[in-house]
Amino acid sequence: MRWLGVLPVLLLLFGTAGFAAGPEQFGFSSDAREARYQELINELRCLVCQNQSLADSNAELARDLRREVYRLMQAGRSDAEIAQFMVDRYGDFVLYRPPVKPSTYGLWYGPFVLLAVGLGFLVRTVRRRNTQDAPRFSAADQARLNAILGEDSDGDLRR
Amino acid sequence: MPAFARYLIPLGIFLLLVALLFRGLSLNPRQVPSPLIGKPAPGFSLPRLHAPGRLLTEADLQGQVALVNVWATWCSGCRAEHGVLMALARSGRVPIYGLNYKDARADARQWLARHGDPYRAVAVDAEGRVGIDWGVYGAPETYVLDRDGVIRHKHIGVLTAEDVEEDILPLVERLRENRG
Repeated sequence: MRWLGVLPVLLLLFGTAGFAAGPEQFGFSSDAREARYQELINELRCLVCQNQSLADSNAELARDLRREVYRLMQAGRSDAEIAQFMVDRYGDFVLYRPPVKPSTYGLWYGPFVLLAVGLGFLVRTVRRRNTQDAPRFSAADQARLNAILGEDSDGDLRR
Repeated sequence: MPAFARYLIPLGIFLLLVALLFRGLSLNPRQVPSPLIGKPAPGFSLPRLHAPGRLLTEADLQGQVALVNVWATWCSGCRAEHGVLMALARSGRVPIYGLNYKDARADARQWLARHGDPYRAVAVDAEGRVGIDWGVYGAPETYVLDRDGVIRHKHIGVLTAEDVEEDILPLVERLRENRG
């Protein structure tokens, strides 16, 4: 049950999509279409302000590409076709979320692999430490040790 | 394994990370590689700058190795590379075609009249739609096309004399040789 406490944290980390609306007011025949447009422009990158999506960016290229997305939507293209249109011209980088392909496996799975490796080391180290025996001394050395520590042979402090 | 070797593992991981980050930080995100390299140049049909009634299309570029230079009067980098383009045009080693990107026709003509015109012809892409087809995301950009109109190289940013000598001209020569 304690794991439930992790849920809010996970939701906050992964649940917020950072959705922005593009500044232009294009005419859409339905709310569903408008929602589709918003999602598309949030999933495409502005190549000028490269940390922003097409929705966020004020760059002129972003304006042009938003208009292009609208034009393609009105021409009846699907989401996949619109994304492919952009990738054909600008490459994978135009997708704000990198595609999962062999060249990006390291990007997507790397952190989990590193986490697993780190956890593996942690588990191994903790387990080894727990099974380590106390060092053994000879009787004479033990007596000397006791004298230094001020304890008698039972480990009780000598008064 | 000797005892101290255990301490080499974190060191090894650290060195690996250093190498990875060093490589990553040395890359320039402004240099977005073009997916059009090796593909035929996207077709276009645009009015010419100096002869508005006539069109410039991709067919006009075919049959020769050519450069297509994306430029505009609002682009400071274009002003910076203009000397290099003029010198290249004067040398006559490769024809240069201009794509006037998101600009005003009158401004463009005035600009060329004042600074010199290195272009065999200039296509006016006022809306930037052809630019989108070519994957243009800024100016200046320069494309190298082979005889069949296939894009062989895209240079992003200002073209320097070194770029011309070391990258562009050798490529142009190679492309010319390939067709006997």
